[in-house]
Amino acid sequence: MPDINKSTDITGETAPAIHVAPSPHILDTGSVTKQMMLDVIISLIPVIAASVFLFRLYAVKQILLCTISCLAAEFIFEKMRGKSTTIKDFSAAVTGIVLVFSLPPGAPWYATVIGAFAAIGLGKVLFGGVGMNIFNPAMVGRAFAIMAFTQQLGASAYENLSGVADAVSGATPLTALKYDGVHTALTNLILGDTAGSLGETSVIACVLGGIYLIYRKAASWEIPVSILITMTLISSFVDLVGGYSGVFLYHHLFGGATMFGAFFIATDPVTSPLSFKGKIYFGIGIGFLTMVMRMYSGYPECFMFAVLLMNAVTPLINRFSIPIPLGWK
Amino acid sequence: MSLFRLKGFPGTGSFEHGIHPPENKGLSEDSRVEVMGIPDMVALPMSQHVGAPCKQIVEPKQNVKYGEMIGVGETFISASIHSPVSGTVKNNSTVTLPTGRHLPAVTIKSSDEDQLDPNILWQEMTSNDWPKDVSGYDASTIPDIIKNSGIVGLGGAAFPTHVKFIKNDKKPIDVVLINGCECEPYLTCDYRMMIEAPHAIVTGALLGARALSAKEIIIGIEDNKPEAVRKLKEAASGTPIKIVVLKTKYPQGSEKSLIKSVLGLEVPLGGLPGDVGVAVSNVGSIAAVAMAVIKGRPLTHRVVSVSGRGITNPKNLFVPIGIAMGELIDFCGGLTPDAGRLIAGGPMMGFSFSDLSTPVTKGSSGITVITNQELTQPEETSCIRCGRCVDACPMRLVPTRLALASRYKNPEVLMKYYINACFECGCCAHVCPAKINLVQLIRSGKRFLATQHTAKKGN
Repeated sequence: MPDINKSTDITGETAPAIHVAPSPHILDTGSVTKQMMLDVIISLIPVIAASVFLFRLYAVKQILLCTISCLAAEFIFEKMRGKSTTIKDFSAAVTGIVLVFSLPPGAPWYATVIGAFAAIGLGKVLFGGVGMNIFNPAMVGRAFAIMAFTQQLGASAYENLSGVADAVSGATPLTALKYDGVHTALTNLILGDTAGSLGETSVIACVLGGIYLIYRKAASWEIPVSILITMTLISSFVDLVGGYSGVFLYHHLFGGATMFGAFFIATDPVTSPLSFKGKIYFGIGIGFLTMVMRMYSGYPECFMFAVLLMNAVTPLINRFSIPIPLGWK
Repeated sequence: MSLFRLKGFPGTGSFEHGIHPPENKGLSEDSRVEVMGIPDMVALPMSQHVGAPCKQIVEPKQNVKYGEMIGVGETFISASIHSPVSGTVKNNSTVTLPTGRHLPAVTIKSSDEDQLDPNILWQEMTSNDWPKDVSGYDASTIPDIIKNSGIVGLGGAAFPTHVKFIKNDKKPIDVVLINGCECEPYLTCDYRMMIEAPHAIVTGALLGARALSAKEIIIGIEDNKPEAVRKLKEAASGTPIKIVVLKTKYPQGSEKSLIKSVLGLEVPLGGLPGDVGVAVSNVGSIAAVAMAVIKGRPLTHRVVSVSGRGITNPKNLFVPIGIAMGELIDFCGGLTPDAGRLIAGGPMMGFSFSDLSTPVTKGSSGITVITNQELTQPEETSCIRCGRCVDACPMRLVPTRLALASRYKNPEVLMKYYINACFECGCCAHVCPAKINLVQLIRSGKRFLATQHTAKKGN
C-alpha cells in the first residue's frame, strides 16, 4: 500500500498535502464576478465608441471623470468602513460607465462627481457593498444628481454644446416630440446622431453591446426582451389609437434611454429578480411604468424612475416567483 | 427548451438546466479493465447501501469461503454482504468511509488455498454467450436472488436493487431504464462495462424486465460515448431493447434527469421512479443481476476507475469489494508528486478522503485524484444575484436563497424554497461566480432543518 510520504520520497520532493473538502471538487474558473464585470465593460465598448464619436471631448471628459470618481468613492468609502476594497472586481467601474451614459453631455463636472459619490455611497456602500444594494447604484446617482442640479442638468446640458455636430446638440427626440411635436428621423435614432444622454442615442451600439452581454451570460435575456415587448405593445396601441402612423412607436422604442436602459441598466443582476418568471414580471413592470410616466408625467424620459420603482419591489417579486421544482405536484 | 428531439421517445434527450464541466474521460476511457489479484486483507463495512445495516453473521477467527455471506440484510431495504475472498475473519473493527460514517466492519485475511481466481469472474462477465432468451428463468424468484446476492446500485447511490424489481400490481412498471450516462467527469467504469461486457448488460436488462413484466427496455447513453452505443446496439440485436442517445450534460445520469430526458416524465418530489412506472438501474448493477441470476455469483467484485492527473497511470480495474483504496492507487503507479485531493467517486459528487486504507465499497465507482494546480480555493465574495445557480440547477431550485438561508438558519425560507428537493449535484457551486460553497451550505441547512423537526417532536 502506498504511503503518501514514502511515495514522494522516491522523487525527492516534499510530501504532498492532501486536501479534504466537500464536493464539488472542481469549479468553473471562468465564472467569477470580476470576469462578469469585465464582460459588461467589454460589451459597453460599442456604446463608448459611439459616444466618443458623437460627443467628442464631452464624452471623453465625462467618461473619465465619472469612472474615476466612482472608483475613488468606492476606495474611500470602503476604507472608511474598514473593509478590504472591492475596486478590483470592476463593479464600481461598471457603475461609473452606466451612470455617465445616462447623464447629459454638458453636465458640469461637480454634478458628475457628486452623482458618482452618491451612486457608490448612497446606492451601494450604505447597503453593505457589492451584492447588498436594493437600488441600481447608477440610477441612485443619476436621481441624486438631477434632483440636486435640476437647472444644470436640464435642457441646457443637452442643447448648448460646442465643437460637436449640430444634430447632437439640441432638444432630445422625446422632448422634441412631447413638447414641440417635432419628429426625429428613424435612421438618426438608430445610428445615434441625435441629442440625448451620452450613451443612449445610438440604438445600434446598444443592441450590439447588449447581444454580446447576453451571449456572455453577464445579463439575462428575459429582462430586455420583456421590457422591449411591453413597450412595443403599449406604444403600438397608443400609436394606433392616436393615429401617429408609427412615429410614436419608433420614438419610444428607439429614442430616450429605452435601448441602453433595457440592456445595461435594468439588467443589473444585484437589483433584479432571480428566477425566469420574476425577470419577466420585472421587465413588464419597467416597460409599463416607463410608458405611463413618459405619457403622463412632466418629464419626457422616465426610464430611471421605472427602474428604481421596480428595484424597490424586486424582493417582493422574488417572493412571488419562486420556481416550482422538478416533480412538484 | 431543447430543440433536440428523440425519435420514438416522449422525451427530448435532455433536461432543463445542468452544466458542462470538462469531461476529462480521455485519461482512462481507452484503458481495458485490468483484473487485480487477491489482496491480503479485505475490510467489509456492514453498511454499504442505503437502508438498514447488515447483521454480521461470522465470528472472529472463523474461516470463510469466497462468496459466503458474512452479513445479512434482514429488513426489506437492505443488502447482504458476501466475502470476495476465502480466508479468516479477524477481530471486529471500525472503518471510516469517505462520507464520514464510522461503521463496524468485518476484516478478512485471505488464505492461500480455496481462492477463486478473479479472472474467472471477469471472463464470465465479459463472455459473449449470455442468453438473449430469459423465458426459462422464473420471474418471481429474480428479486430474491438479487437480494440474496447483495446487489445495490453501483452508480454511487447504492440503493438496494431488489426493491426496484419486485412486481407490484398496484404500481405496475412499464419501462426498465438502464442508465449508461456516466455524467461525472473522469469516471469511465460504466463506459468500460458497456464496451467490454455489453452482453451481460443486455441479459441483465432482459431479466429485470421479466421480473417486472415491463413492456419496454431502454438503455440511455450520452452522445459522447459512441463506441458504447455501437457495442450495446450490437449486443442487443434480436432483443426488444432500445438504445437511446442523449445529450452529454451533467447530471444526465441522475435518475430524475434521465427519466425526464428519455420519457419526459417528472418523478414526484420525495418519490421514486416507480411512481411514474419506471425502474432505473445502472449498467454495472444490471450486469451484476445477470451474474447473480444466471451464474449464481453474489456481488463481490466491481469495476472501479482510478483516474485524474494526480494518478501516474490512470486505469480501470476489476477489484474485490473491501480492498483498500491505496492498493488500487499503488497498482496504478501511485500518486504524482503534485496530487492534491483524493476523491471517492467523481469530482462533482464524490467524497474526498485522506486515509489510504479506506476500503472500496459497493458504491465506489472510482477514485479521482486531482492535482494542486486543478484545485481552486478562491475567496468567497458577495452573491451578486446573477442567477447562474438558478440557471444551472436541474431541480429548478434557487440555490443562492437556500445557501444564504442555511447560513443564517432561517427554516421558513428553507422550506419555502424546497430545500429537500436538492440532491447536491454541485452544479450551482460549480458555476457560482462569487465562489460561495453553495452545496456545503445547503447540506448544513438540511441538517439544521432536520434538527428543528426533531426538536419540535421532542416538545
